[in-house]
Amino acid sequence: MGRSRVLAYTVLSLGAFSMLVPFLWMLATSLMSTAQIYAFPPKLMPDPLQWQNYPAAMDAVPLGRFFWNSLLVAVLTTAGQMVTASMAGYAFARLHFPFRNGLFLLFLATMMIPPQVNIVPLFMLMSRLGWIDTYAALIVPGLFGAFGIFLLRQWFLGFPVELEQAARLDGCNPFQIYWHVALPTALPALATLGIFTFISTWNSFLWPLIVTNSEMMRTLPVGLAAFKGAFRETTEWGQLMAAGVISVLPALGVFLIGQKYFIQGLMSGSLKG
Amino acid sequence: MEERNEWQWALWLLLPSLLGVGIFVAIPVLASFGLSFAHWNMLSPPKWVGLRNYTELFADPLFWQVMFNTFYYALVVVLLEIPLALGLAVAMNQPGWLVKVFRTIYFLPVVTSMVAIALVWNWIYDPQYGLLNAALQGLGLPKVEWLYSTVWAMPALIAMGVWKNLGYSMVIFLAGLQTVPQELYEAADLDGANRWQQFLNVTLPQLGPTLFFVSVMSTITAFQVFDPVYIMTEGAPGNTTNVAVYWLYQNAFENFHVGRASAIAYVLFGVLLTLTLIQWSVRKKWVDQES
Repeated sequence: MGRSRVLAYTVLSLGAFSMLVPFLWMLATSLMSTAQIYAFPPKLMPDPLQWQNYPAAMDAVPLGRFFWNSLLVAVLTTAGQMVTASMAGYAFARLHFPFRNGLFLLFLATMMIPPQVNIVPLFMLMSRLGWIDTYAALIVPGLFGAFGIFLLRQWFLGFPVELEQAARLDGCNPFQIYWHVALPTALPALATLGIFTFISTWNSFLWPLIVTNSEMMRTLPVGLAAFKGAFRETTEWGQLMAAGVISVLPALGVFLIGQKYFIQGLMSGSLKG
Repeated sequence: MEERNEWQWALWLLLPSLLGVGIFVAIPVLASFGLSFAHWNMLSPPKWVGLRNYTELFADPLFWQVMFNTFYYALVVVLLEIPLALGLAVAMNQPGWLVKVFRTIYFLPVVTSMVAIALVWNWIYDPQYGLLNAALQGLGLPKVEWLYSTVWAMPALIAMGVWKNLGYSMVIFLAGLQTVPQELYEAADLDGANRWQQFLNVTLPQLGPTLFFVSVMSTITAFQVFDPVYIMTEGAPGNTTNVAVYWLYQNAFENFHVGRASAIAYVLFGVLLTLTLIQWSVRKKWVDQES
């Protein structure tokens, strides 16, 4: 190994370690007793390991319910995005209709709108619809989006014409071709969109914060924020970190499993510019 | 297949997205614009006030402080993040399984909930029992009040912001580096250029468009910061960490000044749109030059 490679690996290892420290510290704190947490100098390793913060956190707040809310919202949003984006993406890529390019550009233009600009009118709309503090408010506005349409359109542009023509000769209508012939080939693009949507919905904070009132409707990030806000003088860091570990694991799991597709999605976003 | 038939099918396929994006994105963005010219507390009917929200906003010292804070946060995050991410990407641009492991590790904060991350960092920054002050004391340095200090609260948020987004920029740089033709390095080698000269004369110019893209994207992300401010500081101490989206949230959902919140939203939108349009036009120029 050359000198520059040794240097590169040293720098990378130090950097990687500092990336991991907050995660490890969250995990370590969640496994410590209160006495260990407030010890000085700080104990770096929990000794003895103790799990008590996890049941204690679940007693303090309905963590299971938060988890279920987050999961339900993320799964349904992801499924919905895959359906709406692939339908529109297919139409934009393979069907001919008036104003096709103009309409597509309009969709792309909506990607430039920062979501924060819309939250006030969207909140008003939710309250008119009577959706505040319901799953509908947490899910329905997230079912659509231009990013997914763009991603799926790119994929369907490369879909072989021969397959389409064969299906037409067999008497398939455009919807049947989309559903039975084109969609099954689009699994990689759908995986990319799905992983992206799942992780961003799972981590989303501002929107669920605004549209939920009752404790039972909170998603994990909102529940965690309220849990922290409930402490004033002394914060139960052990319980808070235990809740943090539970909230972080699913998104990390999905990322580790689908890393390849996630990075590809990032690239297509950067190519689009 | 008759053309007449085809557009009807297209309409059905597009209908969910047309309705969804129309109702939940296009109409709200227009409504938000309209509301920025009205006074409204969400209870009594809105009252048209023309440009008053904007003139009041620009006359409010807090507005300028919040804008300053937002620019300060975004600028310093990007200035720290870009060189770090580029350096890591260059170090990482080599084959091997270890590099893949590193890439995954650097990317973990990007896919982790900002709320959970803010909680841990909040704990690390704890003035009495936090890891950071313990480390400082171990080195014989004085303790810092971090999130309670008017001087250090913003740098504390910035450090966390860099840590969180570093992996994103690094992965984009890594992809950019892989498009640099290997012949250029070989030619530079023949000319006797050392590693640093190769980086300055080959890598940087070749990476120009990527560098620009990452900088703009990171700036846009940084301008939208909300979660850590809500969790860690609530804009305190003394509004030194109050940023645009947090102030918008306070105005809309704590003080019910809907018109003023909408005006803030449109100022933010204006800044971000300008950045995006600059990004697009510069990118287009680059692409045109290449072809």
